[in-house]
Amino acid sequence: MATPTDKSSEPKLNSLRNGPDERGHFGLYGGRFVAETLMPLILDLEKAYNDAKADPAFHAELTNLNTFYSGRPSPLYYAERLTAHFREQAKAAGKSGGAKVYFKRDELNHTGSHKINNCLGQILLAKRMGKTRIIAETGAGQHGVAVATVCARFGLPCEIYMGATDVKRQSPNVARMYMLGAKVNPVTSGAGTLKDAMNEALRDWVTNVRDTYYIIGTAAGPHPYPQLVRDFQSIIGKEVREQMMAAEGRLPDTLVACIGGGSNAIGLFHPFLDDKGVKIFGVEAGGHGVDVPNGHAASMNGGAPGVLHGNRTYLLQDDDGQILEGHSISAGLDYPGVGPEHSWLKDTGRVTYVPATDKEALEAFQLCARQEGIIPALEPAHALAWVMKLAPTLPQDDLLVMNMCGRGDKDVFAVAGYLGIAI
Amino acid sequence: MTETRIDRRFAALKKEGRAGLVTFVTAGDPDQATSQAILDGLPAAGADIIELGMPFSDPMADGPAIQASSLRALHAGQRMTKTLAMVRAFREKDQDTPIVLMGYYNPIYVYGNERFLADAVAAGVDGLIVVDVPPEADDELCLPALQAGLNFIRLATPTTDDKRLPAVLNNTSGFLYYVSITGITGAAAPQVMDVSAQVERIRRSTKLPIAVGFGVRSPEQAKALAASADAVVVGSALVTEIAKSLDEQGRATSATAPSVLSLVKSLASALRAR
Repeated sequence: MATPTDKSSEPKLNSLRNGPDERGHFGLYGGRFVAETLMPLILDLEKAYNDAKADPAFHAELTNLNTFYSGRPSPLYYAERLTAHFREQAKAAGKSGGAKVYFKRDELNHTGSHKINNCLGQILLAKRMGKTRIIAETGAGQHGVAVATVCARFGLPCEIYMGATDVKRQSPNVARMYMLGAKVNPVTSGAGTLKDAMNEALRDWVTNVRDTYYIIGTAAGPHPYPQLVRDFQSIIGKEVREQMMAAEGRLPDTLVACIGGGSNAIGLFHPFLDDKGVKIFGVEAGGHGVDVPNGHAASMNGGAPGVLHGNRTYLLQDDDGQILEGHSISAGLDYPGVGPEHSWLKDTGRVTYVPATDKEALEAFQLCARQEGIIPALEPAHALAWVMKLAPTLPQDDLLVMNMCGRGDKDVFAVAGYLGIAI
Repeated sequence: MTETRIDRRFAALKKEGRAGLVTFVTAGDPDQATSQAILDGLPAAGADIIELGMPFSDPMADGPAIQASSLRALHAGQRMTKTLAMVRAFREKDQDTPIVLMGYYNPIYVYGNERFLADAVAAGVDGLIVVDVPPEADDELCLPALQAGLNFIRLATPTTDDKRLPAVLNNTSGFLYYVSITGITGAAAPQVMDVSAQVERIRRSTKLPIAVGFGVRSPEQAKALAASADAVVVGSALVTEIAKSLDEQGRATSATAPSVLSLVKSLASALRAR
């Protein structure tokens, strides 16, 4: 695991990495706010997860799948041309900066995003619990595709709930799910996006609780989901530690990741929370701008604490506690909440959360494609939009890692539409 | 805890030797005036206990009928302050029929727990059912509610086994709401035999009255369930009556309140029939 020179990868007393507490709280946030029908199952899941964590055979099976099925570790790639681009920009402004930019290439995983890390872990848990049917929600479809994939791999029937709006704007992923044998249920309630898909998945779960396992796609929901999803995604940050030690002989200085529910971000951030020298940025979907009412999906920059989908966290809501739909060009970030650990990290000040607008994300999308030959998903394009602002202001010896958490194949038609390109 | 309107009502039902009718409608559905008319008419129509839904944008445990009802209320401008005002107006005319506010935690949390409990008591609310606050979070809302003099009514479900039951019963007061199916409101009809067995099982652990609900639509079903339960809850069927009575623009008609109240009457007379 960690190299001899990197001794800080295990949590200590007074660590920022010990959460949640035994009731699933990260400070004020998290918890288990679910209907009674689900409580016994949530408690069973917690027990099954604790057993699995202590079982070397579970870890061995997961590691094997990560290596040979998913293709981990994903590379840590030095984005040389983008780095040069940012340095030129700094120079043009009369400055000498321009951070050295690395991408953590989680878009190269099987299924094309970080979502598979979590799904492989959870399908093994479902098997341990003897569940025979899998359900999931999906926004951009990346999680749905990953769930459909592991269900095919393990021979379990699977139903995916997806907002009707998202079914339209992410049709390539809908086709992939069908081909993998999943049943996709379009959800028409609300605005037909991720929040509504999650409501409907919860309704299915309440109805079929005895045989069904719900693979939640992000580090949110009732305890223990935020914890177990984070743990499965933390392989991202753990690999970055080792890879950066190997590449540069030290830890990175700056981390950047996009935040919808925040699973790729917490996976990158968590192993570094106790390394005080590492600056950490989470990038929310600023949509049309955080000042536009209901025009963004930046729950931490433009929301308030509340309780939804099993946990207390920052939410987009009105002053009567009704949840707002939010807006983002990215279906994967278009969610009115965020994982509870992020809410806590925001309040403690350990992580800085910033918004990037639709327009900025589209610019970053194009820059990345042309400078690096990598078509990013619209989700990490938000992270890159912040890197575009930040990197030119940082010194040249600043090692910046951005999580390229998904590839943009699913987005090319939608982006072509936004850019007015006739195909 | 001192005796509440809910306790008194169940004691009276016991004396009468019949099961009670618990009705659910959403506050503000389809608009505040019509909803107030329905609420005010419920006792005379035969409702023994009134559950008044606090509408929420994301009712995760509810089926399509109550989801739609919640959205109709919100579109008509319903807010927590208006829901409490409806209870206040009701209490001016009726001092005896218990009102239980039912809903999800977020609108309460955002209103402010302390302020909410004080305002609910002042308005004449008797109990709370908050679907997504389990016993594990009792210190949040349940214990302060009990302290404020409100009943906190918990749901027990087919997945509440004997190991889990004590946790559910602890701090529950007024009555226990047995959810007759694993599922959302208004879904499949409950199997009367299964429900009776479950209610008998739960009775061995508590002296609380037990109300049975979820999926009860007709007077015949209500009557059958009443054999084992202390009360029967009907909700989705009532809000479906509201939906059916609306005009093409979704507005209330002169038939809205009467059609809901007439269904309540037929349910109530089924429970009163010997």
